[in-house]
Amino acid sequence: MAKSSSQKLTEFTAANHPVRRLRRFKEKMIELILFLAAASSVFVTLGIVGILVTESLPFFAHVSLKDFLTDTEWTPLFENAHYGILPLVCGTFLSTLIALIVAIPLGTISAAYLSEYVSVGLREILKPVLELLAAIPTVVYGYFALLFVTPLLQKIIPDLGGFNVLSAGLVIGIMIVPYVSSLSEDAMRSVPSHLREASFAMGASRFQTVFRVVIPSAFSGMTSAYVLGISRALGETMVVAIAAGMQPNLTLNPTQPAATITAFIVQVSLGDLPHGSVGYQSIYVAGLTLLILTLSFNVIGMWLRKKFQEKE
Amino acid sequence: MMNGVQDPLLRNIRQRKMVDFIFTLAGLMSLLFALLTLLALVLDLAVTGVPRLSLDFFMNFPSRFPEKAGILSAWVGSLCIMLTTSLCAIPLGVAAGIYLEEYAPKNWMTQLIELNIVNLAGIPSITFGLMALGIFVYKLGLGQSILTAGLTLGLLVLPIIIVTTRESVRAIPNSIREASYAVGASKWQTIRYHILPYSSGGILTGVIISLSRAIGETAPLITIGALTFVAFLPTSPVTSDFPFISFQWLKDPFTVLPIQMFNWLSRPQPEFHVNAAATGIVLLLMTLLLNGVAIYIRYRFRQKMKW
Repeated sequence: MAKSSSQKLTEFTAANHPVRRLRRFKEKMIELILFLAAASSVFVTLGIVGILVTESLPFFAHVSLKDFLTDTEWTPLFENAHYGILPLVCGTFLSTLIALIVAIPLGTISAAYLSEYVSVGLREILKPVLELLAAIPTVVYGYFALLFVTPLLQKIIPDLGGFNVLSAGLVIGIMIVPYVSSLSEDAMRSVPSHLREASFAMGASRFQTVFRVVIPSAFSGMTSAYVLGISRALGETMVVAIAAGMQPNLTLNPTQPAATITAFIVQVSLGDLPHGSVGYQSIYVAGLTLLILTLSFNVIGMWLRKKFQEKE
Repeated sequence: MMNGVQDPLLRNIRQRKMVDFIFTLAGLMSLLFALLTLLALVLDLAVTGVPRLSLDFFMNFPSRFPEKAGILSAWVGSLCIMLTTSLCAIPLGVAAGIYLEEYAPKNWMTQLIELNIVNLAGIPSITFGLMALGIFVYKLGLGQSILTAGLTLGLLVLPIIIVTTRESVRAIPNSIREASYAVGASKWQTIRYHILPYSSGGILTGVIISLSRAIGETAPLITIGALTFVAFLPTSPVTSDFPFISFQWLKDPFTVLPIQMFNWLSRPQPEFHVNAAATGIVLLLMTLLLNGVAIYIRYRFRQKMKW
């Protein structure tokens, strides 16, 4: 009995035993399935780029590229339709710019403070609380911009309309502070402490160490944080759709209502738009423009990161 | 003479200490500003919205009359979509994360996948909605349904699950894997019986964070054509006929909490804004609850896991 079981074991350990072959096959199949799951993310990207391009192409049969890029009006749903993307791009840039004016100083200073000034215990409490700002649903921020920030601003700027880019931009700025601060702080903390010690040994103050040693050496990491913040601000939809008024408006005046690319897509999607109409194609063109803008900022960020890394 | 040397030096030191102090204040102020904004947002919502919260508010359909309107269809819709999203994103994300950590060879394909996941996380969420409208709704004919919405949000949160899975799998020391191989376990057995259980805390954190992201996501769902006024519930999953389970609800139109809130917010009457605030409170509570649970799990696992 004992012999046969040991014999069985010997047989089983032979590489060509059916059980072993089955097990090898199963292992291969599992690896294949897991690989397909990982590769599926590539198909998502291909799907996004593919559908944006294919649904946009028919649009340019109606509208010349020159009109699209130079016309100063965007009224695809009107009788007298104009298809100039400039007002939407302008609105997008304006709200992003206001957001960055808030988020970059706030985020960077908070990051430096959390990384260099605060004790570990306090940081462990403050960081998750700060990150809650990024977890709040954007539609709630829209409410906040429309019904809290705008009335507040109207007390300072009396002729501010109910819908304006300013309050939308400010609120987006607050919203992306955690994106900027969290990654910046990681970058600052990964600066080796002997650099700080060397700086202190030379008699530099903490402030000087932060600004002349820590931030310059963390800068390539901080650019990723800024690029992420910019991407978020460019793609932010609900805050501008709620608080900025959804009116395409070629202006750089932040107290005016305006529409961003994303707000336009929402506005069109809320209506009933037949598949294949020019209006339907126009949201894909808008989406493609947004994707190209986002990607170009990412490429610039990558280039900056490389540039500052080489300097070290 | 000594004084002449020391005075500018002392002044310099005093100045630099002053600057340092001012920066400390600036740091404190910017953190305080962010936290006060958070507080203002929560309080503003609570003051307006909390009095409106009642059982009726949860059990009523939306209505033309603000005082009769409720969020029944919205929270049921949100729940159904969360379920579909999890069923789509968790298996896919965990499988992808495990492949990238445990199997992936170092070649161009792996690099492509990794680069792609990083980029996917930075793509504006509304473009996911456009993709879903073009592919799921029109090309695959899934319609403007719960299934389409769940798949869309599933793909949207996929990078979060992949990244957190990878992080928690990477944190498991190699000695565990080697011990498992040493007693004759195959690669899959090692993953199934060691890697997955030990990384489950981290994976769960990622799943919860991604759900909290999905529950507040509005723009992609509006883009695929979610309705803003829904006065009916999805088909019940349990039927009286054989086989007693129906998946018809996956095909039904829907609305979700953030869309309901947006709808009320875009009306001019302040009474509807009160409803929006109440919906906002519900959304906020769910988000904070999910995030709190995630932080707690992360904390517990960090304490428990001592390799």
